[in-house]
Amino acid sequence: MNSFLSTNLPKFEQVLIAIAVFFAILMVVFYLAGKANGRKQRPIAILVLLGPAMILLMAGLIVPAIQTILFSFKDANSVKFIGIQNYSWLIANPDMRKVFFNTLLWIVVTPFATTALGLFLAIMLDRMKRESVAKSLLFMPMAISFVGASVIWKFVYDYAVPNKPQTGLLSAIVRSLGFKPSNWILTQPLNTFLLMIIFVWVQTGFAMVILSAAIKAVPADIVEASALDGAHGWRLFRNITFPMVRSTTIVVFATMLVTSLKLFDIVRTMTGGNFGTSVISNEMYAEVFVRFDQGRGSALAVILFVFVTPILIYNIRNLRRERSIA
Amino acid sequence: MSTMKLAKANPGRKLFSSKVATTVVWVITILWTVPTFGLFASSFRNKQDIFLSGWWHIFTNPHLTLSNYHAVIFGSSSSTLSDGVLPYLMNSIVITIPAVIFPVVVATMAAYALAWVKFRGSDALFFFIFCLQIVPIQMSLVPLLQLFTGGAHIGTITIIPKLGIAGHFAGIWLPHTMFALPLAIYLLHNFIASLPRDLMEAAYVDGANHFKVFRQIVLPLSVPAIAAFAIFQFLWVWNDLLVALTFASGTEEVAPINVKLASLVGQWGSGWETLTAGAFVTIAIPLIVFFSLQRFFVRGLLAGSVK
Repeated sequence: MNSFLSTNLPKFEQVLIAIAVFFAILMVVFYLAGKANGRKQRPIAILVLLGPAMILLMAGLIVPAIQTILFSFKDANSVKFIGIQNYSWLIANPDMRKVFFNTLLWIVVTPFATTALGLFLAIMLDRMKRESVAKSLLFMPMAISFVGASVIWKFVYDYAVPNKPQTGLLSAIVRSLGFKPSNWILTQPLNTFLLMIIFVWVQTGFAMVILSAAIKAVPADIVEASALDGAHGWRLFRNITFPMVRSTTIVVFATMLVTSLKLFDIVRTMTGGNFGTSVISNEMYAEVFVRFDQGRGSALAVILFVFVTPILIYNIRNLRRERSIA
Repeated sequence: MSTMKLAKANPGRKLFSSKVATTVVWVITILWTVPTFGLFASSFRNKQDIFLSGWWHIFTNPHLTLSNYHAVIFGSSSSTLSDGVLPYLMNSIVITIPAVIFPVVVATMAAYALAWVKFRGSDALFFFIFCLQIVPIQMSLVPLLQLFTGGAHIGTITIIPKLGIAGHFAGIWLPHTMFALPLAIYLLHNFIASLPRDLMEAAYVDGANHFKVFRQIVLPLSVPAIAAFAIFQFLWVWNDLLVALTFASGTEEVAPINVKLASLVGQWGSGWETLTAGAFVTIAIPLIVFFSLQRFFVRGLLAGSVK
């Protein structure tokens, strides 16, 4: 216990010092900048308040992104320009094609699955009494890391050879139904879908909570009026409720799309990218930190970025339109 | 609120009867909870039981033990976890606290400037930061790691010296702070921009400068938005794997518990029993935070995505 304290207390000292220094610098800068008066006051305020964020964004996101684009045209050690060789290698390599295909599968299946299930649950919740306990439990996986979720599901997907007892829930259910369980995580292409279930399990609560709030925000008098006009059930949902939560649904869908595109943790924890389950994000990490090829790794990062640009453009258009209305 | 209740009583609003809806929701809820419960049950079973029978046998053969938690927390000679996970748990706390505080403060300052100290191009700048939100962090990892280990140079001129913070806590706080800023500024800007104009103008007229207004008006009034983002950022940092793998080595000195858990999964056959308890130790703190502060968290999510 003593050795535990002696190795871990200094860590907390570091935290205290870092936070104290951080606030001390801020206070000194605020004090000095507050002394400025007259015409200098505004530019100094802008500089002090916005400067730290801008420096961090420049150093942490903007400059690195440009560098990554440059690296993607260079060799493994980022020394020599080699044109588009990294990209042509990625596209020609059959293993990589499988990786791109898997990523495509992820971004097609999981956003639809989570958004649809989330919307369904939100509608159902709106109809039931005392929803809060169920809502909390459905939302709970959001607090669990993808790594933790993977461990949870590893026990569900566990498989034992036929003469041993099946300790995995899925295998046990399949056997009790009279079928022969297979080694789920090794079975292609089923395994990719099994990994997607983990993602859906974690993220559906998020979709549900946001869509549920949107449904509750639909003005009651509109619903009542259309109900008086004879709209019921499915027609009421399709013609009244859904159009009013449409923009929220799109936002949820886009968020899911981006999250599933960047997905890394589940694949790495469950299979390490083996057995035909790898995705771009996992390969990017493996290229850079396992195979030490910065060029190919950077090219994969750029491909990820290219994938999100349509969403980026959509967002920009949306915000522009809002601004022009306002 | 009363109109909401009226609408609920109106049968026309109903797509499904409330009985059917209640049943469906509870069936899905149970389905959603069973995997977590299974792992939770397993974490109290000994090695042989975990290996020989499924967790659902605890109902017929309740033979519970805390030995897995003992091995995970205090370490055991037989498992792959000689020192236990406590040092990693400490690292997670040490990483998370500054990685939440720093972006919150920096982003609140920036959000106030963008919302209330308008200048030429401030709207465009906000717009640009908003767009940065969805740039994958994979675009930053390699160059940022190089910056930390080697500094920045143009030709032979050194612009930023070797920071030497790779593999230290500062080398994890900094990337988390940087990556959090776009979302943080966006969320806080939405909130701060909607503060009452009269209040701000009264303060300016009274001669308060921007720093005073920021400290005495903006910060106190923004607490709900700050709390919402802080919880969001807490969960994000605690549950992160990619940033930690890239910027922290896997060692006891700096690696967070999530990284340790991921590496335990990779070590096959070497201890399913420690994996169960290890997973629960890892997810316990975010679950506690989540259940006790759920309302703030939901508010934060809503502010971020519902327009």
